[in-house]
Amino acid sequence: MSEVPGDLRYSRSHEWVRVNDDGTVTTGISDNAQEQLGDLVFVELPEVDHEVEAEEACAVVESVKAASDVYAPIAGTVVEANEDLADTPEAVNQDPYGAGWLMRLQPSSVDDVDRLMSAEEYLEFIESE
Amino acid sequence: MPFVPHTEDDVRDMLKTIGVSDIEDLFDEIPQHLRCGSLDGIPKGMSEQEISRLMSERAAKDGQPLCFIGAGAYEHHIPAAVWELVTRGEFYSAYTPYQAEASQGTLQLVYEFQTMMTELMAMDVSNASLYDGASALAEAVLMAIRSNRKSKSRRILVPTSVHPAYRATTRTIVTNQGIELVEVPFDNEGGHITLDSLEPYAGEDIAALVIAQPNFFGVLEDVDALTNWAHANGVMVIAVVNPVAMALLKPPGQWGETGADIAVGEGQPLGVPLSSGGPYFGFMCARQTFVRQMPGRIVGRTVDRDGREGFTLTLQAREQHIRRSKATSNICTNQGLLVTAATIHMSLVGAEGLRRVALASHANTCKLVDKLSNDCIRPRFNRPYFHEAVLTTDLSLPRLLRPLYAHNLQPGYVLTDDYPELGESLLVCATETKTDADLDRFVDHMARAIEKQTTTGCPVQPKMA
Repeated sequence: MSEVPGDLRYSRSHEWVRVNDDGTVTTGISDNAQEQLGDLVFVELPEVDHEVEAEEACAVVESVKAASDVYAPIAGTVVEANEDLADTPEAVNQDPYGAGWLMRLQPSSVDDVDRLMSAEEYLEFIESE
Repeated sequence: MPFVPHTEDDVRDMLKTIGVSDIEDLFDEIPQHLRCGSLDGIPKGMSEQEISRLMSERAAKDGQPLCFIGAGAYEHHIPAAVWELVTRGEFYSAYTPYQAEASQGTLQLVYEFQTMMTELMAMDVSNASLYDGASALAEAVLMAIRSNRKSKSRRILVPTSVHPAYRATTRTIVTNQGIELVEVPFDNEGGHITLDSLEPYAGEDIAALVIAQPNFFGVLEDVDALTNWAHANGVMVIAVVNPVAMALLKPPGQWGETGADIAVGEGQPLGVPLSSGGPYFGFMCARQTFVRQMPGRIVGRTVDRDGREGFTLTLQAREQHIRRSKATSNICTNQGLLVTAATIHMSLVGAEGLRRVALASHANTCKLVDKLSNDCIRPRFNRPYFHEAVLTTDLSLPRLLRPLYAHNLQPGYVLTDDYPELGESLLVCATETKTDADLDRFVDHMARAIEKQTTTGCPVQPKMA
């Protein structure tokens, strides 16, 4: 059973979002998503200052069996990318909600976060998939 | 015996299994107006006897002239063992195998090829080859656009001293993808690219600069200065090089402070005969940083679960059978047979042998240019060259060359169509295959042709002792 922390919001394409104190949001892929992908060998991240639309493909996670796009859960500007993943892509498998975070966004509108699923809704969503 | 994998019975059985009566039914979702119908331009099939007669006659028509044309394809000696081995059944396939790991020998050969190319180019990684030098440049341009994440412009600087066919091919492949190829003129005296010609683009958003070494005129570019200029301006460097020249000159990985980012070129000079224009093969090397943006197949060395060495296709997540429309490239094969020839050729000739081929070709071309030069014909550029040079004349070039053609001699590549600004100019090349007697034959015929156009002929200038 995959882990779904209660304090985060989730997208239908399996990204999670955490609202930080400074108004930025941190995102990554869910525990469920990393389980489906298998062992990651490479993560391609967007450049800082890159502006993303909601649901825009902005990163790539590559495992031994597939390469998948990661979509921006909400619109915003990339303020930081997790450069540590260049050397340790396995952090996404081991700690998807912690050291395996992918990028930090300055959201165009922080209200967009409320339109994402709650942990409860996301749990129901992955069970129905 | 018909060399066809599916007999009529096989086809009927397969169609029956999937519940379709006719093979045409498989294509019924393609609207009629998009289908070309019959292929009227294609002649009817011929028997093996007829086709070998036809091809022998065509080959005879080409004849075996004494050839001083280079212009992108070069005549070099190929040890007889090369093609004797290449045509063995174990190697005789044009492709990387589809059950790749079942063919360890083929994969090992491709791995050796990649190793040799990275050594020759002083680059980190090589792919398993591309179709030819021209399309390799196009792929390098696409790769640079993907790789240069600082650049948003999709603009590439392409000197006009890069091979005209390479520029035309690249334009065809990349322009419909919104990529702009900006032409940079060459220096009128040197035939090379100067920093002055690049200066207007300093500080502009440019994804990459193409640097040819030697360039189409055989002229050596100041690769260090050009590379440093590019990297100082956030511009990636695509090297287009002659592989034989790299046995003698500084390889792309060592250009400037940081080295070129991508190196491509035509592999034909490494064991592939001229053969009326093809097939040839392209090569591509790059820095490790960009390996995930590299097109084509890459073979890696690894160990199996018992710790035994083996070879495998690697980094396949870039490729279209995994990534579909988001693959780095639609190239999903290589020029397997020609790469086999090149690998065997390089093993037999060796690093020192390749260097001697390069030196002998350079020396022969210098000798030829020297012998041909007089008051009527002179070198067009004043820069050093590798094994090709541009000669120019005030006389009528077509009239000068006509008698040479008649004497079964191909004197060089006429530049008038591609470079009208160079006037009556000829690109000549003398590789290590040319003897002194060959050079003298060229010079004698040329002297007589000059005499016919002038009343006195052109006195050969006295040489320094």
